[in-house]
Amino acid sequence: MTKFISRKDLTLFISFTAIVLALPFLAAPFGAAYPDLLQRFMIFGIFAIGFNILFGLTGYLSFGHAAFFGVGSYAAMWSFKLLSTNAIPALIFAVIVAGIFALVIGFVSLRRSGIYFSILTLAFAQMSYNLAYSVLTPITNGETGLRMALSDPRVLDRMFFEVPAGTPVPSLFGATLSGWNGFFFSAVFLIATFFLAMRITNSPFGMMLKGIKSNQNRMNYTGFNTRPYTLTAFVISGMLAGLAGALLVVTDPLAGAERMRWTASGEVVLMTILGGVGTLVGPVIGAWVIKYFENIFSSFNNNILYNFWSFLPEGMQSTVVYISSKFVGEGWHLTLGLVFMLIVIFLPGGIMEGARRIGALLERISGRTRSRSELKPTAAE
Amino acid sequence: MFEVIFLQFLNGLDKGSAYALIALGLTLVFGTLGVVNFAHGALFMLGAFCAVLFRRILTLETVTIDPEKLSPWGQPLEIREPLVQAWFGEFGAVLVNYSVPISLLLAIPIMLVIGISMERGLIKHFYKRPHAEQILVTFGLAIVLQELIKAGFGPNPIPQPMPENLRGAADIGSWLGMQANVITYPWWRLVYFLFSAAVIGAVFCFLQFTTFGMVVRAGMADRETVGVLGIDIDRRFTIMFGIAAVVAGMAGVMYTPLLPPNYHIGMDFLVLSFVVVVVGGMGSLPGAVAAGFMLGILQSFASMTQVKAIFPGIDQIIIYLVAVVILLVRPRGLLGRRGVMEA
Repeated sequence: MTKFISRKDLTLFISFTAIVLALPFLAAPFGAAYPDLLQRFMIFGIFAIGFNILFGLTGYLSFGHAAFFGVGSYAAMWSFKLLSTNAIPALIFAVIVAGIFALVIGFVSLRRSGIYFSILTLAFAQMSYNLAYSVLTPITNGETGLRMALSDPRVLDRMFFEVPAGTPVPSLFGATLSGWNGFFFSAVFLIATFFLAMRITNSPFGMMLKGIKSNQNRMNYTGFNTRPYTLTAFVISGMLAGLAGALLVVTDPLAGAERMRWTASGEVVLMTILGGVGTLVGPVIGAWVIKYFENIFSSFNNNILYNFWSFLPEGMQSTVVYISSKFVGEGWHLTLGLVFMLIVIFLPGGIMEGARRIGALLERISGRTRSRSELKPTAAE
Repeated sequence: MFEVIFLQFLNGLDKGSAYALIALGLTLVFGTLGVVNFAHGALFMLGAFCAVLFRRILTLETVTIDPEKLSPWGQPLEIREPLVQAWFGEFGAVLVNYSVPISLLLAIPIMLVIGISMERGLIKHFYKRPHAEQILVTFGLAIVLQELIKAGFGPNPIPQPMPENLRGAADIGSWLGMQANVITYPWWRLVYFLFSAAVIGAVFCFLQFTTFGMVVRAGMADRETVGVLGIDIDRRFTIMFGIAAVVAGMAGVMYTPLLPPNYHIGMDFLVLSFVVVVVGGMGSLPGAVAAGFMLGILQSFASMTQVKAIFPGIDQIIIYLVAVVILLVRPRGLLGRRGVMEA
């Protein structure tokens, strides 16, 4: 019998948990320590980890992952409306629905690989998005978005106790999920997702997926039918996307179709690449960085810029402010696009690869022979 | 019934032309350089904004306040006169009126420069890297380009008027000896279709009947052998990339009166054009053109009320549905060559 979990993994997992739970304190110096933003960190961390299980391990680049995210949102919302305002049934329901959805789409899309797979998933996601806007309006409430109403049936709630007056909000067995409660609730799921991803990466199943990534033909020659493995990875990753979507609805009880647009799918690709494809922590870091800068950069305005560049001489200041104002606020996507391009061009392994290179450089400088910086897993090439 | 079908067929042509032009450029790039270019839609958008820019330049105007007359609101009347008109008189007015087609003259050199510098500056370094990385870097480039346009021109669509005497509709039915005013088709859409047919024809003739085109076709078939024969194939392919950019840009310029361009118009078309390329067959030029028109027309048929009554929402998904079926049944696409990206 092998040990349940290796020492290296245990250290990684414990430090990850500690960092996540300490985020309210750690993020304070960066001005990010408010529950709404941190909750988004958690949610998009889950989304990115889920995406990475597919893209990082098997190499299949899906351009339609936002569809599962959106389906999860809608499913959770319907559970709030029909069953109960309790978050647990909503999450379970959302994960199941997203899983079934992923099973169907994955079954079809995985018949092709490479660019064709990307386009198939993109096509399915766009179909879902267009349908959610047009014909499926009774289910999705079209452009307005789906939200909870006082008159919802909520069968389970009404069966067991008196329904309180006022607009219903998601809760957890009576405790509210707004503010810090919501953050810790999502944090638990992020940690669980991380653990799952870690176990998958190290399992024989994960090895199989990596084998598929490096050479699918050879895997076939050795007698493995690779499709069930890729399909499983696809479904797991779809379910995690659904979970993330459902958690977003718990935070912010409004499910809209724009979360299924291909730009949303592109965002999760950006997060994963930025952090580091195929690494465990990378996607989470990528998601955090993007969400953080999205939040900080888009709140910049000209006043802040004037203060920032105040050390410059008068005439130059306004020019510099004018130029830099194009990169923040509304234009923060420009910065994102540039950073993303630079990462793909110079550092395809993302932030994790950069950290590793810096680590290696420091080691070479200090002349140590034995490396102890192998805590973080290397990219699965 | 025949009239209705014929009308829908015509309605599909202009969208189909746009798809065909973009897909043609995508296929040229893929067939020559082997690069999957997600920034191609951004080139379409840049073309459209060449038209916007050109019109802005033409309509730079002087504002003089005439204190004698009053505007309907009781303010002194402002007289705006475009500089071009002040300098050239009647000819200036004609210039402003035909600003969209004339801006092609501006767009062609600009797009050629953009295309060639894009290939030399960025895409050149990605030939040897996996397709996924090519997709990602061009995707990033597309974001950057469209955000630059957004920073320069703002997020809202900017309507471009078409030339005055091309407004209104052509009575195509009466040309064909049918009842008058049954089948009418807007003039500009007709112009767009004819224009794109001409561009497509020109590209094919260029490839088929010039020495340059022959070398490029040879390079598409077997790059190494052409290189061994002492021909600088990289250079020709760079020029082909420039031509693809010009084709996309011209498609964008001429499309502006039909759809006011905004910064994400390119991406909206790109997603569809990729589907078109895949349906037509990766690397097949006739396939791209045929699939472009076919999907445009199919989309137009699917948005008929009679069809929508049977399959609700079919107009939203028809293109993707066709793509899914084609990819599963005939992975190399309608006219794709055997063995090209047939994974």
